[in-house]
Formats: sequence, C-alpha cells, structure tokens
Amino acid sequence: MNLYELTINEASGFLRKGEISSKELTGSVLDRIDSVEGKVGAYITVAAESAMKQAGYADSEISKGNITPLTGVPLSIKDLICTKGLRTTCASRILDNFVPPYDASVIKKLKKAGAVIVGKTNMDEFAMGSSTENSGIKVTHNPWDLSCIPGGSSGGSAAAVAANMCLGSLGSDTGGSIRQPASHCGVVGMKPTYGRVSRFGLVAFASSLDQIGPVTKDVIDCGILMNAVSGYDPGDSTSVPEDVPDYTSFCKEGLSGVTVGIPVEYHKAEGLDKNVFAAVKNGISVLEDLGAVCVEVSLPHTKYAVAAYYVIAPSEASSNLARYDGVKYGFRDREKSRLMDMYQSTRSKGFGPEVQRRIILGTYSLSAGYYDAYYKKATQVRTLIMEDFKNAFKACDVILSPVAPTPAFKTGEKTQDPLTMYLSDIFTISANLAGMPGMSIPCGFSAAGLPIGMQLMGKHFNEGILLKTAYNFEQATDFHKKKPKI
Amino acid sequence: MKITKDEVIHVANLARLDLDEDSIDLLAGQIGKILEYVDTLNRVDTEGVPSTSYAIFLNNAFREDSVKESLDRDKALANAPEKEDGNFVVPKVINS
Repeated sequence: MNLYELTINEASGFLRKGEISSKELTGSVLDRIDSVEGKVGAYITVAAESAMKQAGYADSEISKGNITPLTGVPLSIKDLICTKGLRTTCASRILDNFVPPYDASVIKKLKKAGAVIVGKTNMDEFAMGSSTENSGIKVTHNPWDLSCIPGGSSGGSAAAVAANMCLGSLGSDTGGSIRQPASHCGVVGMKPTYGRVSRFGLVAFASSLDQIGPVTKDVIDCGILMNAVSGYDPGDSTSVPEDVPDYTSFCKEGLSGVTVGIPVEYHKAEGLDKNVFAAVKNGISVLEDLGAVCVEVSLPHTKYAVAAYYVIAPSEASSNLARYDGVKYGFRDREKSRLMDMYQSTRSKGFGPEVQRRIILGTYSLSAGYYDAYYKKATQVRTLIMEDFKNAFKACDVILSPVAPTPAFKTGEKTQDPLTMYLSDIFTISANLAGMPGMSIPCGFSAAGLPIGMQLMGKHFNEGILLKTAYNFEQATDFHKKKPKI
Repeated sequence: MKITKDEVIHVANLARLDLDEDSIDLLAGQIGKILEYVDTLNRVDTEGVPSTSYAIFLNNAFREDSVKESLDRDKALANAPEKEDGNFVVPKVINS
C-alpha cells in the first residue's frame, strides 16, 4: 500500500507508533500530486517546500511525544481560507497575487495541532458555482471520469481527497459547496451548524450562510477534523460558545432508537435521476436493517429554497465583494487615471462572468423599489423554511435526502444556462438557509460508475447524530472503499 | 422583459461594474430568467411572517473596548497595488 492511500486515522496510528514519519507520508502525497495533478487539476498552489518543513517539525514533535490526531498529517485547504504567507486567490483574477498577512482561525488551529498543509485547492470563483467550472484559474476534473465535473464549489478539495492527493481537506459550504462535490467524488463532506466553526479568515461570500467544514475519505476522519476546527472564536462574533464534544466518540454507538425522517417532497422531486433515487432508497433500507426507524416527514416550503437563496446569497455577496476596489490588495487596472474609472475597470476585468452576474442580481434585489419584493420576501420565506425543519424534527432525529439530483454531469453541459446550474443545489440549500448541519456520505454508484452520495441533516449543533448515523452506515457498506482508477 | 437593459446598466453602475454592450444584453436575458424563477416566492403567503437574517439566535456580541495589538502597517500594506510613505495610493480624486 502507498502511504498516500491512508486515511487520517490510519496515518495517525502509524505516526504515533513511529512506523512511518511525516516526511515519508508528506513526500508520498507530494509525489502523488506530481503524478496525477496534470489529469485532475485539483490544486491552485502546491506548497511542497513549506509542507516538507512542517513535516520535519511534526516529526521532531512526535519524537518528543507531542502528538495530536493531526500531527504530521498532510491536508489541503480550499483557496478561500487565508493562509499566512501562502497565496490565497479565491480562484479569481482579482486576488491572484494575494498573499495573506495572517492565518484564518481554522488554519491556526490546524497548525497548532501539527497538521501539514500541502496546498490550496481549486474552486468556483469566490465559491459561486456547483461545478468548479467558474474558476478563473484552472479546470478541475472528476477523478472517477475526467470528462465530468467534480462538483463545486469545493471541487478541488473533493477531487484531491478522492484521488489521494491529500489525506483530508477543508472546504466551505454556502449552498451545498462541500456536500455536493463530496457526493460527486465519492467522499465524505460535512457542513457544520452555522456558528460551529469560526469564519475568521474565510473570504466572505454570503456571511449568513457560509460555513467551513471537512472533506475526508471516511466518517472517523470527518470527526477528527471537526474536533480540530470547531469552537467559539472571539474573531468571529457569529461563532457560538457551545461546548465541543469529541466528535469521534459518536462513531461507537449503534443506531437503535434513532428515527430517520424522509421528506416526502424530496423523494418526489422533479428531475431526480433514477440512479440517485435507487441509491438513496437502498441507503434507507440499510439504515432500517441497522435498527433505525424511518418515518415520512414533510417540508412544504423547501421547494422555494433555491429561489430564496438566489436572492439572499447574491445580496450578501454584492455587499461583501464591494471591498475589491483595486486599492488595498489584489488586481488594479493601472491604465485608468480617474478613480471611478479605475474602480469600474478593475472590477470588470478582475471578476469572472458568474461573479458579475451575482453582484448585479444582488445589487438589484437590494436596490430602491425592489428591496421589499425580493430581499424582504426571501428572508420571510427563509423563516418558513426554518419552521418546516423545526416541525419535522419533532418526529425524527435525522433527515435523509439525496445530495444532488443527478450524478456528476459532463464538463460544459450546464455552463450556458445559469438557472439550470443553480438547480443542482436544490437538496442542499435548505440546510444553509436554516443553519443546520448537513453531511454527504457515499451510498452507491450510477450505471456509468459515478459515485452517489446521500445527505443527512440534523438539528442545530447535532453533528454528533449525523456522524453516528454515517459511521454505522459506512461500517455496513463498502462504497467508501472503492477508489477511482487514475 | 423582467429587467430592462437600462436597469442592468443602472445596477452595474451602482455596483461599480463597467459592462460592454454584449454583456448587457446577455445579463438582461439571464437575470430576467432568474428573476422569473424567483417570482415563485410570490406564491407563498408571508403576511405577518418575520424576516430571518441569521439562522442562529445570537445576542449582541459585546466585548471590552480595549486596545489590542493589530496588524502592523507594513503587513497591512504588503498587498497594495500602489503605496507610498506608508499609505495606499489612489488615482487623483480632486481637481486642482
């Protein structure tokens, strides 16, 4: 077995026993990146030199007995989480030379735990997209079929984990951006409860929806990364001072007494691919065999979630992205000698088409005369969507649904029609609007051999029950063990 | 059309974007289609429903107003496209 194939938990065990060194492990991952990056295109920046330095430091700490479950473990980071001294582009021309002067809080925590950062992964520009095709830097291919998209916006992270180009990754999820690519690439992804993980140093897209979370090879690794990044941070006043449990401890309990809610609306959704339907249906019966009780629940307003989201998220984005003005950092059009011309030209040349589309949509929704009709209406519908979930959770502990309506689609298939692309997030968006934790785990394959994921959602701060359900499912199935041949 | 070309130009100006003629046409069509979809929200009765801007209930996050160390000037300026004497440089804004 090659070292790059290890999970975080396995590697950590070998490091602890001194059977491998972090330098060997990190070197193996860097060699793997060298050999497959040309095909997959998962990374914007590979930080080989600093990674080997961090690995050497981790080895010396381990030799002194200072070891955490992440010491010496090579991870990748989505390129919108600030890493001190390491270029952070958001896959945008407007930031392609930006080198953060500080670490995001999650990076500080990973570094303190001794993790090794091997590089920064590709994404849709400013996390706006569902296929990573909106990257202003490069194209990422799905390791299971290079002619397909890896999902998005954390497509680079999911592809890198699936192709063994890192042991785990941090992504971000505003409307499904961790769960949907995890589903398309056959890996595990979690969007934690809003406020569970600090957003300090995460480049903002839609501040009331964004959340950082792990992308991993299996469920235990997800728990290990959740342990490392969760918790209150004075740097983010929307992070919540709730106790952080040991998330790996949930991977021990059985499923008896757990009630799983199946939303009637989701499973009759228009455009749901029959491969996805079959895989999720099989997932439900596996959970029943494990002792879970499945009941029908109703979420009558979720059919409006995408419409509400495409008002709220672009509105917040249009405000957040006002900071890119060619003055403080990033690209500036130096040809322009008048200030207003410089602003306009810098932003028009710096932002890609999808980002400009959303800025205009958001600015329109917030502008005089339209605010009540669009923004206010959407925030009221958001309240109704949250109430749906509150009611549904009276009858169940976990809600189960598909992650995406179809398996990964072909590169270029949906780029001409933004609305069709937006509808790929139909099952994932509600969890962001309602702030709940959501998780994607592998639950099958399509006839064409593409991975399919199922989604588990829980009450606020109930990541534990998702991990418990996912772990039991994973123990009973072997979907997560199949790897793409690349 | 749901959104006119003039409205796209107006909004682009508010957002400090400079669009060429082709982009204006394309965006008017695409955004019009998205807004038509968004109009499905009008089927929902929201009379008396409060707005939600954050999904987690949080009280105001007060803290002591005390002086703390912050990013030093050189680091804050390190990514500036143009700087001089510890300041950001912008194109001239006042006619002399």
